[in-house]
This record gives sequence, C-alpha cells and structure tokens, in this order.
Amino acid sequence: MNPKEEKVKIITEEFIENDEDANVGKRKKNSKVQRQPRKKQPPTTGPDKMMLEESHLGNQQELVQDEPQTRLLSVTARRGPRSLPPIPSASRTGFAEFSMRERMREKLQAARSKAESALLQEIPTPRPQRLRSPTVKELETEFGTESGKEVGSTQQEDDTQSYARVKFHVSARKIKSKPQVPPGFPSAEEAYNFFTFTFDPEPEEAEEKPKHGDGTHQEEEEGEEEPPTEEGANRMDEEELLHGKDAEDFLLGLDHTADEFLAVRPAHYESVHVRLQREKEMLFIPSRLTVPTYKKLPENVQPRFLEDEGLYIGERPEVARTNQNIMENRLLTQESGRRWFGDDGRILALPNPIKPFPSRPPVFMQEQSIKAELETLYKKAVKYVHRSQHMIGSGDPAGNFQLDIDISGLIFTHHPCFSREHVLAAKLAQLYDQYLARHQRNKAKFLTDKLQALRNAVQTGLNPEKPHQSLDTIQKTINEYKSEIRQTRKLRDAEQERDRTLLKTIIKVWKEMKSLREFQRFTNTPLKLVLRKEKVDQKTDEEAYEAEIQAEISELLEEHTEEYEQKMEEYRTSYQQWKAWKKAQRAKKKKKKQATEEHPEEETEEPYPEEDPVKPSPPEPTDRAAVEQQVRERAAQSRRRPGEPTLLPELSLAGSVTPNDQCPRAEVWRREDVKRRSVYLKVLFNNKEVSRTVSRQLGTDFRVHFGQIFNLQIFNWPESLTLQVYETVGHSSPTLLAEVFLPIPETTIVTGRAPIEEVEFSSNQHVTLDHEGVGSGVPFSFEADGSNQLILMTSGKVSHSVAWAIGENGIPLIPPLSQQNIGFRSALKRADAISSIGTSGVTDMKKLAKWAAESKLDPNDPNNAPLMQLISVATSGESYVPDFFRLEQLQQEFNFVSDEELNRSKRFRLLHLRSQQVPEFRNYKQIPVYDREIMEKVFQDYEKRLRDRNVIETKDHIDTHRAVVAKYLQQVRESVINRFLIAKQHFLLADLVVEEEVPNISILGLNLFKLAEQKRPLRPRRKGRKKVTAQNLSDGDIRLLVNIIRAYDLPVRKPTASKFQQPSRSSRTFREKHAASPDTRSPTHSADYPLGQVLVRPFVEVSFQRTICHTTTAEGPNPSWNEELELPFRAPNGDYSTASLQSVKDVVFINIFDEVLYDVLEDDRERGNGIHTRIERHWLGCVKIPFSTIYFQARIDGTFKIDIPPVLLGYSKEQNMIIERDFDSVRSLSEGSYITLFITIEPQLVPGESVREKFDSQEDEKLLQATEKFQAECALKFPKRQCLATVIDISGKTVFITRYLKPLNPPQELLNIYPNNPQATAELVARYVSLIPFLPDTVSFAGLCDLWSTSDQFLDLLAGDEEEHAVLLCNYFLFLGKKAWLVMGNAIPEGPTAYVLTWEKSHYLIWNPCSGNFYGQFDTFCPLKNVGCLIGPDNIWFNIQQYDSPLRINFDVTKHKLWKSFFSRSLPYPGLSSVQPEELIYQNTDKAAAAELQDRIEKILKEKIMDWRPRHLTRWNRYCTSTLRHFLPLLESSQGEDIEDDHRAELLKQLGDYRFSGFPLHMPYSEVKPLIDAVYSTGVHNIDVPNVEFALAVYIHPYPKNVLSVWIYVASLIRNR
Amino acid sequence: MAAAGPSVFLLMVNGQVESAQFPEFDNLYCKYCFVYGQDWAPTAGLEEGISQITSKSRDACQALVWNFPIDITFKSTNPFGWPQIVLSVYGPDVFGNDVVRGYGAVHVPFSPGRHKRTIPMFVPESTSKLQKFTSWFMGRRPEYTDPKVVAQGEGREVTRVRSQGFVTLFFNVVTKDMRKLGYNSRPADTQSDPGPSMPQGTPG
Repeated sequence: MNPKEEKVKIITEEFIENDEDANVGKRKKNSKVQRQPRKKQPPTTGPDKMMLEESHLGNQQELVQDEPQTRLLSVTARRGPRSLPPIPSASRTGFAEFSMRERMREKLQAARSKAESALLQEIPTPRPQRLRSPTVKELETEFGTESGKEVGSTQQEDDTQSYARVKFHVSARKIKSKPQVPPGFPSAEEAYNFFTFTFDPEPEEAEEKPKHGDGTHQEEEEGEEEPPTEEGANRMDEEELLHGKDAEDFLLGLDHTADEFLAVRPAHYESVHVRLQREKEMLFIPSRLTVPTYKKLPENVQPRFLEDEGLYIGERPEVARTNQNIMENRLLTQESGRRWFGDDGRILALPNPIKPFPSRPPVFMQEQSIKAELETLYKKAVKYVHRSQHMIGSGDPAGNFQLDIDISGLIFTHHPCFSREHVLAAKLAQLYDQYLARHQRNKAKFLTDKLQALRNAVQTGLNPEKPHQSLDTIQKTINEYKSEIRQTRKLRDAEQERDRTLLKTIIKVWKEMKSLREFQRFTNTPLKLVLRKEKVDQKTDEEAYEAEIQAEISELLEEHTEEYEQKMEEYRTSYQQWKAWKKAQRAKKKKKKQATEEHPEEETEEPYPEEDPVKPSPPEPTDRAAVEQQVRERAAQSRRRPGEPTLLPELSLAGSVTPNDQCPRAEVWRREDVKRRSVYLKVLFNNKEVSRTVSRQLGTDFRVHFGQIFNLQIFNWPESLTLQVYETVGHSSPTLLAEVFLPIPETTIVTGRAPIEEVEFSSNQHVTLDHEGVGSGVPFSFEADGSNQLILMTSGKVSHSVAWAIGENGIPLIPPLSQQNIGFRSALKRADAISSIGTSGVTDMKKLAKWAAESKLDPNDPNNAPLMQLISVATSGESYVPDFFRLEQLQQEFNFVSDEELNRSKRFRLLHLRSQQVPEFRNYKQIPVYDREIMEKVFQDYEKRLRDRNVIETKDHIDTHRAVVAKYLQQVRESVINRFLIAKQHFLLADLVVEEEVPNISILGLNLFKLAEQKRPLRPRRKGRKKVTAQNLSDGDIRLLVNIIRAYDLPVRKPTASKFQQPSRSSRTFREKHAASPDTRSPTHSADYPLGQVLVRPFVEVSFQRTICHTTTAEGPNPSWNEELELPFRAPNGDYSTASLQSVKDVVFINIFDEVLYDVLEDDRERGNGIHTRIERHWLGCVKIPFSTIYFQARIDGTFKIDIPPVLLGYSKEQNMIIERDFDSVRSLSEGSYITLFITIEPQLVPGESVREKFDSQEDEKLLQATEKFQAECALKFPKRQCLATVIDISGKTVFITRYLKPLNPPQELLNIYPNNPQATAELVARYVSLIPFLPDTVSFAGLCDLWSTSDQFLDLLAGDEEEHAVLLCNYFLFLGKKAWLVMGNAIPEGPTAYVLTWEKSHYLIWNPCSGNFYGQFDTFCPLKNVGCLIGPDNIWFNIQQYDSPLRINFDVTKHKLWKSFFSRSLPYPGLSSVQPEELIYQNTDKAAAAELQDRIEKILKEKIMDWRPRHLTRWNRYCTSTLRHFLPLLESSQGEDIEDDHRAELLKQLGDYRFSGFPLHMPYSEVKPLIDAVYSTGVHNIDVPNVEFALAVYIHPYPKNVLSVWIYVASLIRNR
Repeated sequence: MAAAGPSVFLLMVNGQVESAQFPEFDNLYCKYCFVYGQDWAPTAGLEEGISQITSKSRDACQALVWNFPIDITFKSTNPFGWPQIVLSVYGPDVFGNDVVRGYGAVHVPFSPGRHKRTIPMFVPESTSKLQKFTSWFMGRRPEYTDPKVVAQGEGREVTRVRSQGFVTLFFNVVTKDMRKLGYNSRPADTQSDPGPSMPQGTPG
C-alpha cells in the first residue's frame, strides 16, 4: 500500500464512518481506521500521538493486536512507567522465576494505578462527546466501549499484563526470520523456550508471518511519518535479536555447549497463558460491565424514557443485570447491533409475558383441600342469546313463519352523478314533499278553526244564559279559554308563517332551477313547478281578513286592557304607598318648616338623602291604533293578503329533458355514467344474506324500481332485518353504498295491511367525478365564482314494506312471542291477561287457558298470536310437567304397538312362549305368519295346564292322594328344572371342543404298541361307536336295535288232562300233534303226538312307542332266535335335545308269546284235503325296559328274568321233563324264565350329564373335603366302580349318605302276619316296598341329577327310583334286626342302581328293592352284576377287590384289604344324625276308596279293550269274571304262589265248556296308564275268533300308606263246541 | 288361506364357496352346512356339502379355489333364526392326518342380489402347550364337537381360538313374498322401486 492508496482509503473510511453500523462491526479489523480520526482531533491527539511515538520507540505493546486499543485509551496518563518496564524485563528474562514474579508485581501495581487513572479519565469524557462531530463521536463510542472493557479486565490485570509479555515474545519471534534457532536458547530460559517451541509448528509460522506483516503495515500506515513497513519489521527483528542476544549473553556460559551436542528439546507444552491468548484471538468474551447509554444510542440522541412521558410500557421481563450487560456488550460488537436498543437505551423487550398470577389453580397436597377443589359451585344459568334460538316448532304443526319483505323501489335524494340541476330538483322535491305533508295536515287551518271555536265558547260563556253556573266558574273557564286562545293564536301564526316561508322557498328554488336551466341551456330533470292561483272573492276575503284582524285586535286590546288594569292596580297600590309616604313627608316638612325657619339650609337637603319613591306614573292606556298596527304588520307578514290569490304549488314531471345531442359533453358524460350504474339490494336477515334483488339500472331520475317481494320462511327469531344497497359501475365489483335497517314488524302487521314505508339512508362515500356530476362528499357550488359551497352526501330512500305473511287458512304466520320474554309480556299486557287472572296465572298455563276461553279471544287476531300459541301448548297437554321421572323416556317411541295389542296377537304370544321354553311350545316349528292361521287349540293344552295347576285333576289318577302327589311331583320337577336350566348354561370346554387328552406314558406306549398291532386281528374287539350329539337329529334318525338272542326255561304247555279236552278232538292243538314229547303225564295223547311233542312255540314281540316287531317262531322251551329287531324312535315333539330325550318315559315291552295253531276244520271229511288252522298266541310273559335305561346305558346286554304271571293257565314249568339239561342245578335255585337280549340305540346318543354344580350343604366342611378325597382316591383306583358318599336331597342340598340309613318300622300289619317267621316277614316287607311305584329320577328330574328323598318323603310321594326303594328296604331290614347294607353297583337292566344286601346267618342275600326279589350271593341270574360300594348306617366301604361281581367277592367289610372304609381310625365316625324321621307313621288305606278305584279301573280297562277291537264284537263273560274276581284276592294273599293248581281246578269246574286263556297281571299302582299299557302288551284283545268272550277282573289290595297292589286278570274264552 | 296371501316367504340362496386364503396350508377341502331357526325349513337343495380337495394356485395370490356351489331354498315364517352358513375347512397336516384348518360362519345375506362375503376362519386352540404339542404330534387337533357351534353364541366363552385364514363366498339371494309379509330387506338404494304389491296385512 502506498500513501496514495492509503489516502483513498482514509477517505473511504471517513465516508464509511458515517455509516456507523458498518463501522462498529469492523472495529477490530480496522484498528487503523479508529486511529486515523484520532490524529485529526486536535485536543485529544496528544496522548495518542505519544502512544504512537512510543510504538516507534519499539514498545512491544503496539504490536499486540488487541491490546493497543486498551492502552491507547487508558494508559495515556501514565504512559511513561508503563512503557518502560518491558525493556528491563526483556533484558532480565534471563533471571529466573523470581524476576518474573517481580515483574508481575510491578505490573499489578501499574495496572491498578492504570485502572484508577482510567476511571478518572472516564468521568470527564462524556461531556465533550455530544458536541463532537459524528465522526468524532463514533470514535468516542469506541472509546467508551474500550474503557468499559478496561474496567472489566482490571480484575485480571496481572494476567493480561503477562499475556502482553508473552504475546510480545510470540509475535516477535514469529516476525523473526527463520534463522532464529530456538534450540540455541539457554536452558535457564525455559519459559521462553517453551513458548517459542510449543507455540507453532514450522509451517504455521509462514502463515502467521504475512498476517503480522499486515499488522505492521497497518501500524506503519497509521502514522504518516512512520517509516515504511520493512523498516518497522526490521526494527522488530532487531529488537528481537537484541533481546535474544541479551538472553544469550546471559546464559552463554552455562548451556551453550550442551546445547550443541544434545538436541534436548523440551516437552511440548502449551502454556495456559498462550492458550488463553489464543482463545482471546478466537473467542469473544463480552464484558459484564454496564454499557454507557450513549453507546447504545445514535449520536446526539438523548435517551428518551417513554414511561416518564406517560406512555404505557409493559413490565420488562426480569433478566439479571449482568446477563443484560453481557447481552448489550455482545450486541454492540455486532453489526447493526444498535437496532436492538430502544429509545431509552435499553434492549428492546416485549412486556413480561408471565402473568402475575398462576392461571392453573394450585394443586394442594392435602386430601381435604382436594375435596374443597371438587366442591361444586352454583352458578346461575346464563341465558342463552336468542340468536340461535329456534322457534318453538313443537307447538305449531306447520312450524313455518313467514316474513314478507316488499321492496318496491329506491330513490336517491343525492347521488354523485347528480347534476346541479338534480340537486336543486331534489331539494325542490323535498320541499314539495314537505309542503304536501303540511298541506295534508293543514295545521294552520286546524288552529284557525280551534281559535274560532274558542272564541265562540268565550262568547257563549259570557252570555248569562246559564244561570245554574256560578259566576265564578264561568269566569274561570272564560279565563282559561282566553289563555287558550292566546296560545292557539300564537301557534297558528307560527304555522302560517312557516307555510308561507315554505311556499316562498319552493318558489325560490324553482326560480333558481329555472335560471340554472337557462344558464346551462339544457334540462336534466322533468321537474316542473306550477303555481296555481286560486282566485278568491276579494270582498269576502277582505271582510274575513278584516274580521280576523278586528277580532285579533279586540282580543289584543282586551289583553292589553287586562294588562292595563293589572298595571293600574299595581299603580294604585304603589300610588297609595307613595301618597302615604308623601303625607309623612309633608308632616316632616311641616316639622321642617318650623325647623327651616331656624335652619333654612337644612330643609332642602333633608329629603334627598331619604329614598324618594318616585311618584308612580299611571300606566298608559293601550293605544288601539298601535295594536292595530302591530297586528296588521304581522298579518301582512305571515298571512296572505286579502284578495291575493292562494298559491298552490304543483310539482309535475311534465317537463322535457333535453336530449343528449343537445347537451354539452360534460353532461353527456354524466348521463352515460349514470347509465352505467346499476343498483341492487341485499336482504340480510339476522346478519345473514337471505336474498337479493335483481340489479337494476339507475334511471336518469335516480329512481330504481324493484317491486320485489321476498318471502322469508324463518325459523330463527328475527333480530335484525337489513337491506344493503349496492351500486355497480359498469363491470366493476359492486360497492356497498349504505345499509338500511328495517324494523321488525309488529305482530299486528300482516301482509296486505302493511303500508309502504320509506327509510332513508345515506352514505359517507366521497366521490369526485370529472363530469357534470356534483359528486358526493365534495364541495360544489351553484355560483359561478364558487362561493356558497355545498357538500352533499349520497343519500336516498328505500320504499319497502315488511309484514308477516298469512297462511293458507288465514292464520298469520307469526312466531309466538312466548320465547321472548319481552314479547310475551307485551303481548300479555296487550291482552291484559295479568290484570284479569293475576300474575300467578301467567305461569299457570291452565288458568291462562281458562281465562282465554272465557274472554273469547279472537284466535285469528294477530294481536293474540303469542297468547294463542301459549294456550294451545298449554291445553294440548304437551308441555304438561309430569310429576314422575321416566328413565327410558324414549321407550314409548319405540313401542310400535301397545302391550295389550301385542299380547292379543296370537303369533307373538306363541313366539314369546317358545322363547320362554314352555314345554308345549319348545319345539314349535314354523310359527305361522298370520294370527288367523294360528288355531286357538294350540293354546288349549297350555291354558288348561295353567288352569289346572292348582286344581287337582282326579280323572287320570282316580285316587286323590296320588293326584296330590303327582301335582307335588310336578311342582318339584318344575322348580328343579328351572334350577338346573340355569346350571346348564355353563359350558365346559369339553362340551364344545374335542381335544385329545395329554397322553401319559402308558397310553403313549400303548399307542406305540398299537402301531405294531395287526390290522386284522384274529379276535376282533368291539370298537366304540361314535357318539352323536342329540341336537342335530330329526325324526327317523334314531332307531332302537333289539337283539333277541335266546330264552331259557319258558313255560311249556301243560297237556290238558281235563275231561273235556278229550272229547273235543278239534281242540287238539296243532302243535301237539307234531311235538314229540316224552310226556309221561299224558299218555292218552301219545297217539296224537307221534313225534316228540313240541312243548311250546315261542316268539318274541317287541313293542315300543306303539310300534310292534316280532321274531320268527322258535320251538321249545329254550328257543334261540338270534334276531335283530329294529324299531324307530321318535322323540316327544320332535325335540332331540338331551333334556328331552332324558325325559322320555316310553318303555320297551318285550313280550314272549306262544304261537298256538288250532285246527279249525269243522268237517273231518275234509281233513285229508286241506288244513284249516287258526293261529292263536298265548302270552307267556314280558320284560319291560324303560327307554331311559337304554338311553343312559347306551346298550343293554344280558339275560333278564321274564316276568311271568303267577298263573299261566295251560302252561307249566317243565323242570321235571327236561332233567337232562346241565344247568338244571343252577336253575333250580331261582325259578323263572330268562331271556338274553342286547338292546342299543343306533346311532349312539350322548347321554345327558349330571349337573356339575356344587350344591350348598349343611355338612361339616371337613367331612365334605374328606368325601372329595375319598371319592377321588376311589375313582383313581377303580374308575368304573360306583362310589357314593354324598347325595342330594330333595331340597337340593348335599347330604352325607349314611344319614339316610336308620332302622325304620315297617307297617305293623305286615309284621303281624308272620310273627314267627323272620324270613317270611322280610319277604313281605320287600314285597311291600316293591309295591311302591317305581319312577326313575332321571325321568322325573329330567336326568339332571339324582335326588334322594327320605323314606317318609318317599312314602308320601309313593314314587321313587332304586335308591329310595333300597333305602326304605334297608331301613326296614335294620328294624327287623338284620345286618343290612345298601349296595351301590350296576345291575341289568337298570344300570347304576342300589340293592340291599343282608347277612342271613350263613349267607348273604341280595335284594332287588324294586321287584322284591332276593337272590343268593352266588345266584347267576342275579341282576346285580357289579358291586361298587356298601353303605351302612355308620360307614361306607368301597370295593377294592380285584373283581366286582357279587359272585366273586367277599362281602366281609371288616377286611380292610378288600374294603376301603370311609371312616377309619384316622377319621372316626362323628356320629352323624339321621335325616330320616324317628318313626314312620302309617295310615290305613281307605278300603272303600280302594274298592271304588277297583271298579273304575275295571271299567276303564274294559272300555279300552273294546276300543282296541274296533272291528269285532267284544263280549264279556260275567260268570267268568266273577270267578276271576274271587280268585284274585287269593293270589294276593299267597303272593302268586302255589295256587295254580287249585285255581285251575276251580276254573275247570266252573268253565268247563270254554277254552280258556288268560293270566293275572300284578303291578304296583301308580297311574292308570301303565295298567292299560300292560294289558295292551299282552295282546289278549288280538284274538279275533268270532265267538270269543272276554273276562276281566281287577282287584286292588290296599296296604298301609296308600300302597296299592293291583291285580288284573284278563282272560279270553272260546266256547268249545 | 292361500288366496289371502302367502303364509311363508322363501329365501333362495345360490352361490359358491369360491376360494380361500390360508397362507400356511395347502390341499384343503371344506364342508358347509346351514344353521337356521325353528321357523325355517329347507324346501329344496342341499343343506350340507363337502368339497373337493384343492391345492394352492401357483401364482402370487396363492388362492385355494373350490368354486363349490351352494344351492338351497328355505321357507320361513319368521326372519328370526335367519340361516347361517357354517364352513369348516380341513386339510392334511405334516403327518398326513386330516385336521381342521378353520371354522367360520356367516349369515346368508338378507337383501336380494349378489353378495360377496369373506369370512375369517379360526380354529380352537389347545388348552396347554403340551397338549398343543401332542395334538400336533398325534394329528388330533382340537375340534369343535359340532361345527354348528360357531353359528351360536352359547358356550363360546370357554374356548380360545386362533385365526387361520379367509374363505370367500358368493351368494346370490332371491327372496319371495318377504315384502308381502311386511319385511323389507331391500338395500336402501333400490328402495324406491316399489314391490309388486304392498303388504296386505301386518304379520303376526
């Protein structure tokens, strides 16, 4: 840089300095710039100069880039001491740390003094600042900043000082040329070495160099007289060298040599100082000191405190002072940082945004306060603004209200496009309108008339024609009249004057207009004023005028005289006073005269000081002429002169407007402008635009005709109705001219009645036009010279009418005002409802309605609209307030039909009953669509059942007791079913999902073993069939398979050894001929039976649900059929659900018949040619198996004892005959016939499961737990063996089973029969028990669970299953002193059942409680097949023997290895009390009732048999019947034993002529139906021999407690010929 | 009676069990059956069916297509118990045992027209991990005792199921006399076109 360049730079800098902001930022860079102006300052340059000189002297500080400024500014005062130390220090560097420390101390001192001086210096500085030129000030700002920095740095003064030192060395070394070798330094100068070495790597030095060079350049440039750069640099080098030399010299002798050999380099270490120094270069640490205000403000600006000026300044956010300072300092160093400062020199800040109070309620920690927080505060409901208030709606069915807005037109009274003439025309029109209005009212005339009338009144009042009136009153009224006259006259005069002036103005305006038209030579308006003169009769007019004037004059005179008189009065009084005073005066005078004579001067003087009442002048009498003059003048002014014609102005639009082509251009433009303009109106309802008129062009007369009617169907209460006037110029967007607010019409105003009203509007728009149009809001003048300016605003009138519409039926569509309080009130006020019914009535709607009815309001009167609305609401009851709260208030809405109607509907009733699972309808399918298709009889059964619920039906039961029992059972069943239906809802996973159980090792192994199994084993095993769930079955799906295998020991025909069989050859049985029999008894027949006689030809007939199947006929007493019979099963009501199947009561009857062939050939001669035989079948016996057993057992497989009647005429057991059979020995033990059967259901049905529900119990919890444990243990060992510990009693509670066992007394009469034969007694007792009807629980309780009733309950119910029978029998045996146990096990055909085991001295007997039979332990035909457990009165023993067949087990319960006992040593028997009663009480059965029942049953059965033979005649053999009837009691007494022969003999004796076939049936009595079924199953009625006769006898033997034993003897007789 | 108007309405359903999406399984066949209320009776067609075995298509969608037709007509007096189609899908597992792959049910659409139904299929889950393993190993997965269980709500709370895939069905539904009996099952958009005759009496 050469000086020239530099100069340019200076100039530029100076220029830049004007731009302060730019400068501030560049401060550091342009240190020279700061310096240069300094030189120019004459007063302050001194120190600066010295500084500069100092730098020349080689003071190192000048080279330091940052430091100089500080020094520059602050050190001025003691420059000397400061500048000096470095040299010694430099020279003394050789001295170790000591010297350094010394120097530091010095430095510190220097710094302190410097700081002091800086402070001192700072104080005076601000003053001159403001006076300086901008450039100077700029510098000063800098200066100030620097000083601030200086202050901040004083704390670390010594540091900075040392920095300075360091810095010097550093920079000096850097500037030094490379030859400078650092290692040459003596080691003592470690510090220096340090710095020099560690400071910068070699390459950086090179980089640094130019920078420093630059720095020096600057240095040089600053001082103009400074030597060139090289010089400076050289000098620096020299200095440095010198410096170095000093050091070297100092250390020369010590380390020099070592240095040469060993390149010992000190460890790289960057000194803290150096680092700080460098940081200082890089980093900017803003000072924390306060920045003086002037630095923050533009030059020459005083800080302005807005707050002091009264302006509001928000509270500044709180910032720590130091932070603020730092920020300010930072900002100042920034470019354009100053704009951050406000007028007051502080950083701009928004008001503190933090609210003075927390907006969230404080959360209190205490619970109690939380409660307080949650406290509800009552706030009064805020009334909803009726803006969005909906109109009633509910009251009025129509609900629509209509507002008709008729906008007929728009007239502008002023418009920017008005020409001057238009303005005048508008004015004229306005005046004319006024005139017309005035004329219409004609107030002047009215007042004149009034005046006249008053005058007349006064005159008549003066007439003394009214004597009755007192004079006083007349006078008074006259006076009043007079004052009235005076008033009226004044008014009239004013009116007249106004009229006149108006007329004058009109004329004047018209004249102006005319002159304007003349002046502008065209007419714009068709306006034309015509003054019509009305001629008046001069004379009369004058007379009237005169009379008027005279009257007025006289009145005035009168007034004046009155006034005069008044004044005279006043005068008189005052005169009187005056006189009095005068008198006194005179008296005084007299005195004074006397005194004057003595003192003459005094006399005159005296009166003056006294108040001298002026002598009142009498009022002047009114001057008539003057009054007249006055009146006349006034009349002339305000009134038409007499004779002058009346002027009637008439404004017409008859004038012609000058056509465009004759107008000047400005006017043409105006007219064109007008044409371009169009106007439309928007209709705003509640501030919402609802419609708008069509856009109409502005006429030349500035009238717009719309003529549109808007019908507003409104729902919201009308709040505001606004019209907005829009004007469109050309194609520009419309501008809103003005808004016109229309009043909401009163409810009285309906369409048709509404008058057209005009609403004025005006706009404040300013329009200046460049044509003849006068514009709007701008002054214009009519005068040529522009005086008399007028400013007119756009204004106009909208003519419209708003009214409520009238509906079709003439009812005004007015919204009721009830919702609006004010409206309501006003309406009420109008109708005066409150006054008539009192305020309370307003709230009481009914009262109000009553009042309305009484007062006969016109409902069509719009006045009453709100009231009528209210009343209609009140009377219709819709708004009546119910006094209850409805939870589902919408329920009624959804009820599409009333409940009664719903109940009446047969279809819904049916649906309802079905969904309730009422048995009759549970499976009702396809409920018809229509009521009419549903037969009434559908419900009959159900209704009957409901009706009969409490009525005991005796028809079916005959016996009343049983009827009661049946009822009771029914009820128990229902309750139990209901109970279990709920329990059934609980599903287990197993019910829904089939899942393999986790196999244990054994099963797994078995399965593995199975893999190796042969596919077709030699001995195949029966595989379980797949079970079918009952739900998806239908009729015909289920079949009952009965496999009849064989039978044993059937009775055989007894050869009829009777006398009458011999002669009747024809009666020989067919079989007898063929049956080869070695019958020794009937040798006589041996001829007839050449071959071995067939003893019997049995076949089996199975009947189930009235379906009958039979096998083929086999032969012999031990036939083998091996036939499978298939019978369809039909579930009741087609319901194949488990519950339904369980309750099937049907029984499978397996009847064994003997087929007998009779030769019916009448003629022996034909014997050779043909065979005529008749087949007869003789019933041998039957087996009954209830379906429920089959259902639960799934299959029944075994040999059953055939129920053979005790007396089977013509048949006998053939044990004597077939002795050779092997099993005779076995059979001999139990007499009877047997049949082997296999019965199953195809497909297999899943039996219903017992209820899993746990029942509550009164047993001890420990006992229950023990029970569970016991059962679990038993089940684990022998899962198939029945183990029972607890049972459920009839009330549904769990009871421990041993509680049921207790000795109970059998009926005494049974004991009395065989007092000495316990065995016989036991049999009798067993028979008694077996006579109690059997009713399986599964049937009665729908297979849900086994209920155990106690013995007394059982006897009361007279129905029960095996358990009850067994319990009762066991109890009886216990009473009889036997050792008896309950045996729980499996039997055929019952399945799981209960038997009774007794110990009879040497052997055990097994009793079947249901049949009364007993078996020895080793009886092969014993139906009990498995024994699960034994139950005694005090313990339970579970069978843990290997086998469970009674044949193979030991019943000795004392052996613990064989029987696991429940109560043992560990759990002793707690002595459980029995649930059984103490004693059974037996009532003797009514014998008469039994006899009656007997007769009835006989009758019923006879009828039935006749019914079953519809095609044949049924004859009853009475003789035989009576014989049988006699015979039956014998059977009962002998229990069907040992009487056969006697009976037979007797029968033979009595009925010799008849072939007799018949048998007695014995059953316990429960109902009639089983009896009928039993009779039916024997097939007695099937005989269709023409001459057959029947005999039927019934015998009922009553046992105590209503146990009835029924005997039925049925026989068919065929007469032998 | 017949002159007075129909006493039953008819619902004819035909369509097909079109395809299935079982991402993990192949070679599946399906069974379908209908479950309907007491007032319903099938008058024609098959109530149950079992399809052929289908393999996955080779394309990206890997659909199992059966196109197994359904054709059945019901008569009813009461919309209660509207028929549901119950689907159960079976297929071989790793060991070749036929196991169930999904159960699903959907109501027959009640508005006339063509309908597409995609039924998510699920299977009951094993009760334990061990059972899961053994059932997998033995090829005896848990199954419903009756597939019709899935058409009922009763007892479902005891089961846990896992979803397996989807079956897509198409139904073409034709109803007769429903409007006459007062049941309007048309979709809203075709409501405007009036039926042949207005209901002559309210049912029921």
